[in-house]
Amino acid sequence: MASSTISSNSTTFIKKDVGLSAFSSSPSSFSVPKTKRRNSRKIVSVMAPQQSPRSPSTTGSVKTAMTMTEKILARASQKPQLSPGENVWVDVDILMTHDVCGPGSFGIFKKEFGQNAKVWDREKIVIIPDHYIFTNDERANRNVDILRDFCTEQNIKYFYDIKDLGNFKVNPDYKGVCHVALAQEGHCRPGEVLLGTDSHTCTAGAFGQFATGIGNTDAGFVLGTGKILLKVPPTLRFVMDGEMPDYLLAKDLILQIIGEISVSGATYKSMEFVGSTVESLTMEERMTLCNMVVEAGGKNGVVPADSTTHKYLEDKTDVPYEPVYSDEQARFLSEYRFDVSKLEPLVAKPHSPDNRALARECKDVKIDRVYIGSCTGGKTEDFLAAAKVFHASGKKVKVPTFLVPATQKVWMDVYSLPVPGCGGKTCSQIFEEAGCDTPASPSCGACLGGPRDTYARMNEPQANVIVKLVCVSTTNRNFPGRMGHKEGQIYLASPYTAAASALTGFVTDPREFLQ
Amino acid sequence: MAASTASAALSGNPNLTSSHKPHASLSPHSCLRFSTAISRKFPFKSLTTIPFTTATTAASTRRSTTVTASSTSFHGLCYVVHDNIDTDQIIPAEYLTLVPSNPDEYQKLGSYAFIGLPSSYETRFIEAGELKTKYTIVIAGQNFGCGSSREHAPVALGAAGARAVVAESYARIFFRNSVSTGEVYPLETEVRICEECRTGDVVTIELGESKLINHTTGKEYKLNPVGDVGPVIEAGGIFAYARKTGMIPAQTA
Repeated sequence: MASSTISSNSTTFIKKDVGLSAFSSSPSSFSVPKTKRRNSRKIVSVMAPQQSPRSPSTTGSVKTAMTMTEKILARASQKPQLSPGENVWVDVDILMTHDVCGPGSFGIFKKEFGQNAKVWDREKIVIIPDHYIFTNDERANRNVDILRDFCTEQNIKYFYDIKDLGNFKVNPDYKGVCHVALAQEGHCRPGEVLLGTDSHTCTAGAFGQFATGIGNTDAGFVLGTGKILLKVPPTLRFVMDGEMPDYLLAKDLILQIIGEISVSGATYKSMEFVGSTVESLTMEERMTLCNMVVEAGGKNGVVPADSTTHKYLEDKTDVPYEPVYSDEQARFLSEYRFDVSKLEPLVAKPHSPDNRALARECKDVKIDRVYIGSCTGGKTEDFLAAAKVFHASGKKVKVPTFLVPATQKVWMDVYSLPVPGCGGKTCSQIFEEAGCDTPASPSCGACLGGPRDTYARMNEPQANVIVKLVCVSTTNRNFPGRMGHKEGQIYLASPYTAAASALTGFVTDPREFLQ
Repeated sequence: MAASTASAALSGNPNLTSSHKPHASLSPHSCLRFSTAISRKFPFKSLTTIPFTTATTAASTRRSTTVTASSTSFHGLCYVVHDNIDTDQIIPAEYLTLVPSNPDEYQKLGSYAFIGLPSSYETRFIEAGELKTKYTIVIAGQNFGCGSSREHAPVALGAAGARAVVAESYARIFFRNSVSTGEVYPLETEVRICEECRTGDVVTIELGESKLINHTTGKEYKLNPVGDVGPVIEAGGIFAYARKTGMIPAQTA
């Protein structure tokens, strides 16, 4: 069924008089050689040049249809019109950094703008220690101190500090995983431009904004100027329709897509997710969808803002925002359509997020552990989902099952929210009864390995034991060594699939327990 | 074997021995091919490795030497990797506690470059006990640098002594970081040279001619034009470009 959920609201962006712009910029002075950056063997159709129906001089302002991403960047660069391939200076609404990349970014900022330089806007920078927190690694601990020193010096408004590493709960400001914290603290708003020194910054696209990851040098530049040079990406559109089966989660949808287009299928492109299924997703599920856009090489992902978005943001931000939507006539590089009702639970087998397989076809894969956590699969709803499977089974897990709530809020939800349909039990109760590990202190944890003493890290097997540690994980990457040891085998999966696998000790389709 | 002779000749890998790194004043080529001269390290990066240069601005450092297009080339041994080499293989996450803008930690970071490659890569990028690589040029397949946005990835390669990467294609953030930092020059080919070159082959890249010559096999390859980032590279990186175009004021000492 046709799904067009895009309202043809093309006048929602603010037009500014380009001629009075204080900053000169020469956006269109670069040609785009056809040979550049072809990324995979699949040749996707190249966008046709825009055909303006009438010349602007005769009609005044003629707007050619734009996609959501093009509109957001147009507004942020004070241009009435943008096309893919243009390079523009864009105003940044929020810059986020964390303990791994913050210190390096600050170092560059000071070297380039001076030791006494001040950041461009102390309220638009959000500093979130989350990666290497609960560790004895001295450099890691020092990096959090560096964040603190900078925030104090610059009077940064949003710094989610942690001082007492022994007990996260006594740190009132500490949040945890940056991408989840950004959403929970109301920093993600439709129509805005959000940058972060982390590849999964694309998660925030779930709020209908342009969000992407950058490196230290770019971040140092933004710290001083509040601007960044960006190339406007073309958009791939993913239309998902059909009622979401009750054994599927957003993780399965994005694994389906990445498996379809490969880890470079969306390189330099925007991924737009629309359709009745997408509309039915909660904000956290939309975040999961956008989170793994980078695993397909995508520059950013977007989900159009709607009542679900507004409701989520109601109690979290009072900063006004203005959503934008793709025009009906907007041109997309490609469109992919999925009938979600026909999809099945998936995994991404070692060692690539595009190594897609049906969970049920991997049922002979014996596993050693299960990890439920990260910005991808460690949110409140991810734990509710896992708890549902454990409760349905009523049995105990057969392998060590590590639970790492993404943020303090998620941790509290795990301990306080009753899981629907489970007789009033909380996630934590269900997890305990199932024999899972106690939910750990909130952080990125072992998703990316980290220092050697990181909880749930996949470390070297004991001497003389030939064991390839096999882990089913709700995280986002499974390249060699991702969670620690190079020989570790990581199967990426949804929380449903992860929980089901924990119960059997093999990769398991959650329908074993949910139907 | 040619490689061993070459390695003896190249043991004084020029970009590793001197603490002063020459910085290109980039010739003002207007075309987008990277015939513009660049001696690998952009000026602002030099600020991290030359702590003794006081009151040095990016601009003045750049003016200290002039390298013209015709004289810029990279020469040395190549190290070959394949497709989808992600940032965890280039620099595993446990080393990310090292802060790249800190000179000592920058060097340490370099010593871990490519340590994450699986054991199927029998010849390692940096030999045991060494801190630098003997390979000047990295040759790769598709989607090089995929995964994380960590700038530590191109920084580690550059700090280790690599000067250029020649890949079939790049992941977005890695490419961008390479250009912004100037740590390694990100070049592209159409041909699948990762299948035609072997680790240890002696290779020359002539930027002015957009050419890669594999002396060991005798083959030559055309390199792609650098494209939109040309003006940024030409200017000397994102900060220099922004100053040049008036986006930010010129740096004062």
